[in-house]
Amino acid sequence: MLIQRDNMKKKLKIAPYEAVGVVSAQSIGEPGTQMTMRTFHYAGVAEHVPTGLPRLIEIVDAKKEPKKPLIDVYLKKEYAKSREKAEKVAEEISAVYLEDVAEVLDDLESYSIEIAFDKKEGEAQKVSFKDLKEKVEKALEKNAKIKAEGEKIKIKFDKKEKGVNAKYVRKQSQKLKQLLLKGVDGVYKAVVTKEGDEYFVRAGGYNIVGVISHPAVDPSRIYTNNIKEIERVFGIEAARNAILKEIKDVLDMQGLYVDIRHIMLVADAMTYSGAIQSIGRHGLSGSKVGVLGRAAFEETIKHLINAAAKGEEDKLIGVTENIIVGQTVPVGTGKVKLKFMPR
Amino acid sequence: MLEEDIRHIIGKIRFSLYSPEMIRKIAVAKITVPDTYDDDGYPIDGGLVDLRLGVVDPGLKCKTCGGTVKSCPGHFGMIELVRPVVHVEFVKHIYYILKNTCPSCHKLITEVKKEEMEKEVEEGEKKGRKKKKCGHCGEELPEIKLMKPTTFLKNKDVMLPHEVREWLAGISDEDVRKLGFDPVYARPEWMILTVLPVPPVSVRPSITLETGERSEDDLTHKLVDIIRINQKLEANINAGAPQLIIEDLWELLQYHITTYFDNETAHIPPARHRSGRPLKTLAQRLKGKEGRFRYNLSGKRVNFSARTVISPDPRIRMDEVGVPQKIAEELTIPLHVTPWNLEYCKQLVMRSEYPRALYIIRSDGRRVKVGATEEMRKEQAESLKVGWIVERQVVDGDIALFNRQPSLHRISMMAHEIKVLPGRTFRLNPVVTPPYNADFDGDEMNLHVMQNEEAQAEARYLAKVENQILSPRHGHAIIKPQEDHVSGLYILTRDGAEFSKTEAAHILYLAGITKMPKPDLKNGKYSGKLLFSQLLPSNLNIKTKSKMGDEVVIKNGKLIKGAIDSKAIEGELLERLFVEKGGEYVRNFLDAVLKMALHALYLEGFTVSLKNYTISKEGKEKIKAIIERMNREIDNLILQYKNKTLERSPGVSLQETLESTILEITTKARNEVGEVVEKDLGKDNTSIIMAKIGARGSLLNAIQMSAVVAQQTVRSKRPARGYRKRVLPYFKKGVLSGRERGFVYASFHDGLKPDEFYLHAMGGRESLVNKAIRTARSGYMQRRLINALQDLTVAPDLTVRNADDSIVQFIYGGDGLDPMFSSTTKHLESVKQDDVDTA
Repeated sequence: MLIQRDNMKKKLKIAPYEAVGVVSAQSIGEPGTQMTMRTFHYAGVAEHVPTGLPRLIEIVDAKKEPKKPLIDVYLKKEYAKSREKAEKVAEEISAVYLEDVAEVLDDLESYSIEIAFDKKEGEAQKVSFKDLKEKVEKALEKNAKIKAEGEKIKIKFDKKEKGVNAKYVRKQSQKLKQLLLKGVDGVYKAVVTKEGDEYFVRAGGYNIVGVISHPAVDPSRIYTNNIKEIERVFGIEAARNAILKEIKDVLDMQGLYVDIRHIMLVADAMTYSGAIQSIGRHGLSGSKVGVLGRAAFEETIKHLINAAAKGEEDKLIGVTENIIVGQTVPVGTGKVKLKFMPR
Repeated sequence: MLEEDIRHIIGKIRFSLYSPEMIRKIAVAKITVPDTYDDDGYPIDGGLVDLRLGVVDPGLKCKTCGGTVKSCPGHFGMIELVRPVVHVEFVKHIYYILKNTCPSCHKLITEVKKEEMEKEVEEGEKKGRKKKKCGHCGEELPEIKLMKPTTFLKNKDVMLPHEVREWLAGISDEDVRKLGFDPVYARPEWMILTVLPVPPVSVRPSITLETGERSEDDLTHKLVDIIRINQKLEANINAGAPQLIIEDLWELLQYHITTYFDNETAHIPPARHRSGRPLKTLAQRLKGKEGRFRYNLSGKRVNFSARTVISPDPRIRMDEVGVPQKIAEELTIPLHVTPWNLEYCKQLVMRSEYPRALYIIRSDGRRVKVGATEEMRKEQAESLKVGWIVERQVVDGDIALFNRQPSLHRISMMAHEIKVLPGRTFRLNPVVTPPYNADFDGDEMNLHVMQNEEAQAEARYLAKVENQILSPRHGHAIIKPQEDHVSGLYILTRDGAEFSKTEAAHILYLAGITKMPKPDLKNGKYSGKLLFSQLLPSNLNIKTKSKMGDEVVIKNGKLIKGAIDSKAIEGELLERLFVEKGGEYVRNFLDAVLKMALHALYLEGFTVSLKNYTISKEGKEKIKAIIERMNREIDNLILQYKNKTLERSPGVSLQETLESTILEITTKARNEVGEVVEKDLGKDNTSIIMAKIGARGSLLNAIQMSAVVAQQTVRSKRPARGYRKRVLPYFKKGVLSGRERGFVYASFHDGLKPDEFYLHAMGGRESLVNKAIRTARSGYMQRRLINALQDLTVAPDLTVRNADDSIVQFIYGGDGLDPMFSSTTKHLESVKQDDVDTA
């Protein structure tokens, strides 16, 4: 019985020299033809969130920012149970910018900017004129004269001062429009969502560092679909797990079943160097050791010329290189060498 | 021979630049005449097809090596350039070197010491921006600029190529190394051309048209231009022409040489053929999908292969491929003549009919065709010696690789045993259709016959169909009963299926069972379950759910409960048989069970006709009621929308709320219709049975054919664009109800109205376009994935390593298990337990 079990275990193990890379690539690539291109809609947070093939391509491309960044903010126990408390957190982390609650007009003739506070919007977003004024004062350099009249702020710049010109004024007014009044920078449209018996906040954006500092947020469970940001904040291991999860989510949503090992391998290949490398000419394929291998993929001429200029050597260790020269490829049975002297 | 083979392994390839001396050394001829053939059609000496460069015309001999077209590999020539010219492809490297070296002492620009820098900044503040100085000789550093594509500027003055060359030549080997180049293989001044190598004629063969006219290769045309300008430049220099004219010609020479290397260089117009077609020069030959690398080097053409249309044959085994007689007569397998098969080989050579030898390869490598007359064959057979090779035609049982493009995964190519059959098509068992993603509507497939024993053995043991029953993608069966097989299995095993003794005997005989079991039914008949059970191993115990949701129980190799449908057969049953009994067992099991299933289907007379989709009068009434209610709901919503009383969903506009609610209503209505249709058509309706057991089609198909086609969508929304305030001119403006927004009230059975047909086509068009885009995008993604991961293999210690032996995973997949068995592991209690304590 024991022997039988041992044999069975051996049988289920992966065979040495198996070309697992190609198998994984095929296993993820092949169902690509069956995937839909439809976008997904998260209530309130974001419309047209890419799923299926476009999202998969986005992940393997290791884009700096996904087309629709989302952040899931889980809350500490005290807050997670009640909707009201969660709503409050959602409101607190949502970013409110100056232009959301006020109109900013710049007068390039008189070198002045006028900020007209919209009381109605302000109340809706819970921003008072006083707050606004303080924030504006802080944001501006000392050379500006600030005057508040009722619900309006007038800012005047000194013409004589060095560096003050129309361009400067326009720049300042643009800056003011984007002035953060409240919440976490880059987080928008926060919506409370229920998962099991727990409430959490799902929002657009990916400012992990900003959100994490909110006292109600559970710092151990924050998540965003921006893999690069996860790498930046939590490190490469977290990024690897994020790639794994994101690819799995895409495939699951399409109802396609791919073994987790294949996804794992892709995630590990993308991260094993210590930084996220994309699948393609700027990442993994571009950093391959063989000149011929790189030349056969993309940017043929560039690789050949660089190799020649540097007197580079191709040791023919990759698959493509050996196919090009017509030799056995170094995977699978091609790796097993039998040496003998014929008579 | 073997010893030689071993020595001829290429270990590495070095890339380097040719020095001018090297080019002169390898050149066998100096090319000076900008022409090819003389009036008699004979190659001109010193011309571009000089006989010393090798030959392309049969009959002529190479003046360098004496070889003919076949044996002469070609030899390089050269053009001595009157003035040096920049090599376009190296412009970036040259620019980089110029920017980082000093023009007067040719040393590397070093960082200026900190104090000096501060001093300089201070001085600079006073005197305006000051130029940087060389750290070695104190020379002021010029501003180097690159004027694309090939001109370098030094403080806004043009640097002529020979100046650049002198500069580069002055850099010491040590500094070259520091700049990241290897002076042994690539001195920077070699990036400026003083002599141009002329590729052998075999690289740029001319083609003779039917009219007898010669048409030269694009490269030859380009070389003609280069020589012509080079000569003109030389003449002008010798004649003492003004500098301006010389520089113009020089630039022209630069242009021709630039386009000779790359005719798609940015900022300059491509050189064109007389007809206006841009010339294909060196870079274009290598680049891209149709370039040398991807088309010829990565994709190799092979002999011993065949391609034809495929057609189904459920009578052959699933690991067989039916090969037309004609193809079998053409394909051969080499047979090494040994003392043990000498007699057999002689017989093969002597034969005049089908399984015979076609060629004999002697020990010196000479290939001889087996003679046409009996005497010749006899003589050849007599002379046959051990160590020779006989190429014999393929016969039944030979192994061959079978493939269908696109080869998206490894099971797109599997090993089959050849079975020679009459006809002109490849035959394959429909059960192996899914891994190839093949159907028989005109698909073609390729067959490859392996030419050595090692490859054949690998094919037989690794690539054979029976070893690919489980997909490595998810561990579930991919070779599994299809369509009619599933229907047949269901008909065979459903409750109440009984067969007379004759029928049972026939069914069992087809499955290869000759021992008749005892009838299990009281009336002396045989239940289908009993017949099915005859194929199961006696120690098999399975409890699983079928697609229809019923429990299926197999106890001690007897099917005691439930009917076998798609999920029941392809799930645990196949997976466990594969792991416990092996591929060959499953192959035999499937072959047998499918024959049984198909015969059961034949006995039943299973068919589909128009009647299957005709709804009764009462059913129609019910459906009409549902649809009318849906219409009322929609109209009600539209009314609310127009009165602005509709409640807005969070995060979307009012109109979007309306649209999504209407879509929900139509889906709901369609589902309700589905229930009516299912009931009305009845559970004995073959179409419904097929949908339920997962053989073919779905309930949705039945609904659309018999009751209502329902809502059409474009971009997941109701069609809304077209004319002003309406989609089609038949409609009233501003109406938002079902019909006006793509709800098709008719069924395919009754036929669509013109407007319905149009809107239905809109949806159809969209999905067609999407499919085309998707295949292109996913194809590229897969190419990238494969390219990035292709070198990853599992080492014997279960680590996953890249080509350079760097470790990607410490244990493959975290547990070292083969994904092919990943789902099977779940069924195997013993293994599961074991994994816990070894993990």
